[in-house]
Amino acid sequence: MKRILVLAVMLTLSLSSSAFSQETLKILTWKGYAPQQLVDKFEKETGIKVELTLSNNEEMIAKLRATRGAGFDLAQPSQDRISSVQEKYQIYQAMDYSKINADQLIGSMLDAVKKNTAVGGDSFGVPFCYGTSGLIVNKKLAAEAKDYSDLLNKAYEGRISYRLKRPTLIGLAFAMGDDPFAKYNDAAAYEALMNSVAEKMVAAKPLVKNYWSNGDALLEMVRSGEVAVAMGWDNGGWKLNAENPDIDFVAPASGALGWIDTFAIPAKAKNVEAAYKWINFILAPENAAIFTNLEKYGTASKGADKFLDKEIADNFKRSFSEADIDNIKWYPPVPANLEQIEGKILDKVKAAQ
Amino acid sequence: MKFKLSSGLFIFLTPVLLWLFLLIVIPQIELLLMSLRGENNLGEPIWTFANYLHFFTEEIYWYTFVRTATYAIIVTVLTFIVTFPVAFYITKVVSKRLSVFLTILLLVPFWVSELVRVYGWMILLRESGVLNHIMLSLGLIDKPVEMLYNDISMIMGLVYTSMLFMVVPLISSLEGMDDSLIEAAHDLGASKWTIFTRIVIPYAAPGITSGSIVVFMLALGNYLTPNLMGGKNSLWFTEQIYNQFIASFNWNQGAAFGFLLLLLSSLIIWVGLKMSKQQLGRVLS
Repeated sequence: MKRILVLAVMLTLSLSSSAFSQETLKILTWKGYAPQQLVDKFEKETGIKVELTLSNNEEMIAKLRATRGAGFDLAQPSQDRISSVQEKYQIYQAMDYSKINADQLIGSMLDAVKKNTAVGGDSFGVPFCYGTSGLIVNKKLAAEAKDYSDLLNKAYEGRISYRLKRPTLIGLAFAMGDDPFAKYNDAAAYEALMNSVAEKMVAAKPLVKNYWSNGDALLEMVRSGEVAVAMGWDNGGWKLNAENPDIDFVAPASGALGWIDTFAIPAKAKNVEAAYKWINFILAPENAAIFTNLEKYGTASKGADKFLDKEIADNFKRSFSEADIDNIKWYPPVPANLEQIEGKILDKVKAAQ
Repeated sequence: MKFKLSSGLFIFLTPVLLWLFLLIVIPQIELLLMSLRGENNLGEPIWTFANYLHFFTEEIYWYTFVRTATYAIIVTVLTFIVTFPVAFYITKVVSKRLSVFLTILLLVPFWVSELVRVYGWMILLRESGVLNHIMLSLGLIDKPVEMLYNDISMIMGLVYTSMLFMVVPLISSLEGMDDSLIEAAHDLGASKWTIFTRIVIPYAAPGITSGSIVVFMLALGNYLTPNLMGGKNSLWFTEQIYNQFIASFNWNQGAAFGFLLLLLSSLIIWVGLKMSKQQLGRVLS
């Protein structure tokens, strides 16, 4: 009897001691946001072990909501998905901007993110990277594709792919000549607009090859020529362009959708100091440049330009004219309960025959 | 034989009980409570059945459920049709040593995860995939055909991923069957069909039923295969639950859907047991 007890106690002790032997930083982030090269460098410099959990905006919010903001030391939601979520579920803690090295950040972007993530007197986000959603087009198969409306174009039957997510609804609404962002705070008008978008999507459903849910799977379909017109992120289009010049990212005529992804610290983060260290580390110009050169996302780091490959600037110039840049539609903060309206509409599209 | 509940046994039981209680019972209760919560017009939290009513009033929700359940039944039937000859061959036709070898051969693909197997199928079936490539080079077709992203490929994927759970109970129930039963029927002049329907099937019935229950539940609760292999119309009920939790942030609705899935699938199994005149206790033993 005694022996069993001793054994059980020893087992628990040995299990728990091995788990806490090293300082760790748990980051909830997107695929590609923490390149292995930089993780290794950070671990070497600080001795802190980095644990990554890959996710997307919706799952990030759900995970942190389930634990009331515990389990992770750092999260990377988009700037428009912070304030309403914070108001409702209090899953983040206020950012201490004095601990952020603001000199290495693009000032205007930091100010915009501070403003958009403000709840009460505090702000919750620091910008990390930015990019746009638009069209990834195979010019050989679909030379004329220029706007979101081409996702519903009969000419590309069976060669179209997009996500059943809110950016698609918003892009198509812009292509219809409407302004969904202007209707953000009028739920009834927004719902009516989105319903009319959904009607068009249902009518054009036979043209779609599939609704993608995984970025790599989409790139694979475009790469193999199975898909000619897709809605996707700019960096995906540019990555493919490096392999095959026929494929490129196209800024849609009615405006690419601009997003900024941020750093936010969960309410019950255990290792806040390490989180600030990581933010300052990865936004240091030379590190930010490594990230951008690899993943082709724009960075919020100010001095990174001089370390960037020439190709990065070329990509941007090729896809965006001056007018296209002015026409980028930056996401304003999403008010609460819009997601429910959109969720139902997207379910209807998927269920329609 | 009765165990005395000694403290030693208790130490070993504690982790199991804690596991069951903390990780299964408590979350279920929390989900149940969550499914009964809602907001009134002023946005204040209240107790309500609205989440459950929603399922019946909103066409697309019960439509998705009916679709999912129908397909799960089709998958169960197809799985049985595919695996029964295999099980019969392994237990009754080949020698003992070969039958062990064949059983292991059946198990091998299931050592890798479902995700990997589904991706394997996708590589085979996609427009630029292996099958299309072979057919093109043989001159059977002159343009690649898309074989993925439709209901047929999805059902095939589901049958494939759940085959093992049908074949194992079938083999174990057929193994116990005395060959002389079949021989006697033969001697008495029964046709093959009669032997099959009056002797083999009734004997294997508990195995068939338990296999069917497992396959039905797995197909109904599957998320991965319909999502990856199914086409643009393939809204599965589990995806509906995921969408409520993740995309719509509506946990109360998602919890209610979860419980409806549990209740309705139990109901379907109960009806199935009644119709086939099987008893759950006997089937599971």
